Amino acid sequence: MSDQPVPLIFRSGGEGRANRYFEGGPEVGELLPHTLLREELPLPDNSELDVVRHFTRLSQRTIAIDSAFYPLGSCTMKYNPRVNEAAAALPALRDLHPFTPDAAAQGALAIMWELERALASLFGMAAFSLNPSAGAHAELAALLIAKAYFGERGETDRRAVIVPDTAHGTNPASAAMVGYKVVSLTSDERGRVDPRELAAAVGPTTAVCMMTNPNTLGLFEDRIVEIARIVHDAGGLMYYDGANANALMGIARPGDMGFDLMHLNLHKTFSIPHGGGGAGAGPIGVAPQLVDFLPTPVVVADMQEDGWRASDDRVFRLDFDRPRSIGPMRSFWSNFAHVVRALTYLYANGLEGLLRVSQLAVLNANYLRVALRDVLDMPYDEPCRHEFVASAQTLKREKGVRALDLAKALLDRGYHAPTIYFPLLVAEALMIEPTETESKETLDAFVKALREIVAVAESNPQAIRETPEETVVRRPDEARAARTPDLRWRAR
Amino acid sequence: MAQPAGLLFSREHEWVKFDGDVATVGISDYAQESLGDIVYVELPRVGSLLKQFGNAGVVESVKAVSDIFTPVGGEVVEVNESLEDEPAKVNRDPFGDGWLFKVKVSDPKERENLLSGEQYDAFLAEQSS
Amino acid sequence: MLRAVGAESLEALARVPEEVAVRAPISVPPALPETHVLERITALAARNSAQEYTSFLGAGAYRHYVPPVVTALAARGEFLTSYTPYQAEVSQGYLQAIYEWQTYIALLTGLDVANASVYDGATALAEGAIMAVNATGRRKILVSRGVHPNYRAVLGTYARGPELAVDELPYAADGTTDFSQLPAALAGREYAALVVQSPNFFGVIDPLPQAFIDLIRSSGTLVVGVTAEALALAALATPRSWGAEIAVGEGQSFGVALAYGGPYVGFIAATQEHLRRIPGRLVGKTLDKEGREAYVLTLQAREQHIRREKATSNICTNQAHCALIATIYLAALGKSGLKACASLNLRRAHELIERVAALPGFERRFGAHFFNEVVVRVPGRAADVLDHLERCKILGGVDLGRWYPELRDCILMAATELTTPAQIDRLVTALSHFGARAEGHAAIRE
Repeated sequence: MSDQPVPLIFRSGGEGRANRYFEGGPEVGELLPHTLLREELPLPDNSELDVVRHFTRLSQRTIAIDSAFYPLGSCTMKYNPRVNEAAAALPALRDLHPFTPDAAAQGALAIMWELERALASLFGMAAFSLNPSAGAHAELAALLIAKAYFGERGETDRRAVIVPDTAHGTNPASAAMVGYKVVSLTSDERGRVDPRELAAAVGPTTAVCMMTNPNTLGLFEDRIVEIARIVHDAGGLMYYDGANANALMGIARPGDMGFDLMHLNLHKTFSIPHGGGGAGAGPIGVAPQLVDFLPTPVVVADMQEDGWRASDDRVFRLDFDRPRSIGPMRSFWSNFAHVVRALTYLYANGLEGLLRVSQLAVLNANYLRVALRDVLDMPYDEPCRHEFVASAQTLKREKGVRALDLAKALLDRGYHAPTIYFPLLVAEALMIEPTETESKETLDAFVKALREIVAVAESNPQAIRETPEETVVRRPDEARAARTPDLRWRAR
Repeated sequence: MAQPAGLLFSREHEWVKFDGDVATVGISDYAQESLGDIVYVELPRVGSLLKQFGNAGVVESVKAVSDIFTPVGGEVVEVNESLEDEPAKVNRDPFGDGWLFKVKVSDPKERENLLSGEQYDAFLAEQSS
Repeated sequence: MLRAVGAESLEALARVPEEVAVRAPISVPPALPETHVLERITALAARNSAQEYTSFLGAGAYRHYVPPVVTALAARGEFLTSYTPYQAEVSQGYLQAIYEWQTYIALLTGLDVANASVYDGATALAEGAIMAVNATGRRKILVSRGVHPNYRAVLGTYARGPELAVDELPYAADGTTDFSQLPAALAGREYAALVVQSPNFFGVIDPLPQAFIDLIRSSGTLVVGVTAEALALAALATPRSWGAEIAVGEGQSFGVALAYGGPYVGFIAATQEHLRRIPGRLVGKTLDKEGREAYVLTLQAREQHIRREKATSNICTNQAHCALIATIYLAALGKSGLKACASLNLRRAHELIERVAALPGFERRFGAHFFNEVVVRVPGRAADVLDHLERCKILGGVDLGRWYPELRDCILMAATELTTPAQIDRLVTALSHFGARAEGHAAIRE
């Protein structure tokens, strides 16, 4: 990584450096009254070469899947195939305006429809909407659907959302945005939802139970059918947080488990690039009784089918006329460029490929778990799915070395650290998800590195507490950043 | 760990010191320790009326944002304005310079709903088991 | 590896309880070798005919020139395949780029702080309105009908959760917001926010008039200024200058592909006072333990992964890569490029309306000043004119009757720096043949 700091773009440039992209002509001031115009535009002009150097250098100070192993639990950092990028860059798709009349956009509509049909079949739901921009966005949509559904049935007392203590933070936050109250379930000693606790928690005020399977400990909720029955018997709906869908494709389907609502993270399971934190795409799937509530618009074919088929002889349109819909969730119809990427990924894999993806994800995770068993604490020492949670509790207690320190030490060795301090249930947690696209050599090297770090932690803990030593900056002062926020450059 | 003398506590980890009909409120040492480096404190407006155990503001650290629930009800008569520039006072001296606000107590009988120093210690011990 | 984990086979290792194992046949596309994958997607794409058409579509998504340098830099693998910069030490590059985005948005809107981006303009408005609700404790929102209809619809969807009420202000004859009812509306001190878009959905420049700014401030209502065509920020008076304390909008115009509606990039900016209410991610500058300048995600305690049900929002992902594209675009164009682009947009839109309004039966619908979009009143129904234009391979604009029944004889047309005089010629010729359709199609397509 380049350790040369890069000056802010605002500190460079100047008169005469402008790039000439456009023809000249009268200025805005000659065309509109001055009272409507801004006084000045205090932005720098930089030559194209200087812009290239600036951003190239910034990229050289950024870790990525392309350059390093990135075992971030819950994020599914798999390889982002470049063929997806080529597909998304096709001009006929890239330059298509959202208000293009349906007749002139049949290709785009066909792509959306094919993806939707494939996802519905793959995950056992009646229909999907490609509308939501991200997982959290989809959760919000799902809870709004639940609210509308219960509203129609006159069951407006249903305002409780049951969430296991292992849930992602977005789950309770989304519930709050819908005016629902969160009821937290304590996981049992096996790290799973306890049906008895659940049975005690459900009742006539239950709206939705939000879960993921496998859960955030990487463990399969083996009593899921019973759990779904308990919630359904109480009149509630089951919601599947699809963050961990990479563990299940071709193996099990949330629809078959009893889930009525679900979302997917295309930027996790379907190889869409994470791009530094977004944009994502979070399709939402529903059971038959909830289809009418999906956000608008929905892509409809002149003849509907179950399951995917090639779209070539169908005619499509965007349907906005859905009286029971919760309405639109965003400016336009979907994160379409990501829909293209996801469909490309599906075509590249087929069912056998997706099954293999999930199986290898499970294999790689277990391989690491077994290899690291004697190096870190394993609070739930049983076969995991696509990720597992280790802990640095013993190291902290005996040597004062915490999960944070191990993470920083990994940075020194060119790795991105695993997810730390999540789920909240496990103290000093390290959530490790290798994904299926990593080779055995990479995994072995990671194990070796972590072993070495732990060995140093045992003989010379201070050395680990002082990491990272090799990175371009070291342990930024977060308290200072929050106390006196400096969120932008200002001219003197 | 023994709590300072002369203070009463709530189960939400606030302390209160009564001085006639004015009560000074802050958060306990346990609270500041759990929160970590405090970066910002949102205090109630002077003149606002609080109910016992009602929401009275927020204490924000790098890793958490915690609601302040006032251990006594009444009118807010003074707030610790120095915390705007130096929120870390709450970490350094939670029972002294890190005080949060003062309330003119509306109902002295509300003291009965609070814990003594020993009761608070026992409560803390119970929490950690 | 199977031996190392003690499993007999992949199937055995990945097995789930029988009662949930997949039974029904799953139908997804068949696996294709990579050569055929791209062929297949290309074939699907070829079913779009729009790429052969001349377009005057706008209405919240704009066709702008994206310098190839922007696409090339954004496609770098480190930018494309990195994750949210939670480990600051190894993500200084991306963090700095987002800090620069935050700065650009603050400078363009005139406000103090901006966040690391949100999904798009419509959700930015929804989140901005929620900020105003949290800041004031009031539960009603007043929105101009000049605000993009999709944005208003999304605001309605979001408002349903916390049961907020949304009222509307009508538009005036000249296309700006009719503010005459504003003093009466504010008197009840019930509104958390007044939402105004400029340029508005009709393309008309529609800031809150200066005369109302003091009144609004004393009423305790916050002005939320919306921008759907971000390029306008380079030329027009900033939202701050006309009273906005919160500015929200869409950054798609800054180099982000149209891509049939997404991904785009929303922005939220606010005055310093509202800093801690801003949802989503924020990048801050600090010092590391050795005194070096360092960037970090900050104020995270307000976000969902920590604050959970009391978070400012549930938003997790931002639109980092799209914000990066926009930042590179703004750096490449600079002040001079943005000004030149803005003035070209303005000129083309004025040329467009001058020539169209000269045709018998066609006229400019709204008299107020406009930026790069303008509403044309046509003889008869807008839908019929647009059909005719489509047959001439022209996407003439958007039928306003879709959202404003009283305007079903109106088309919203956009012109940008990519609109050429020749394209305007074709449009004018096609419109002039609107009466005599059959001959018109043949003549245009030659």
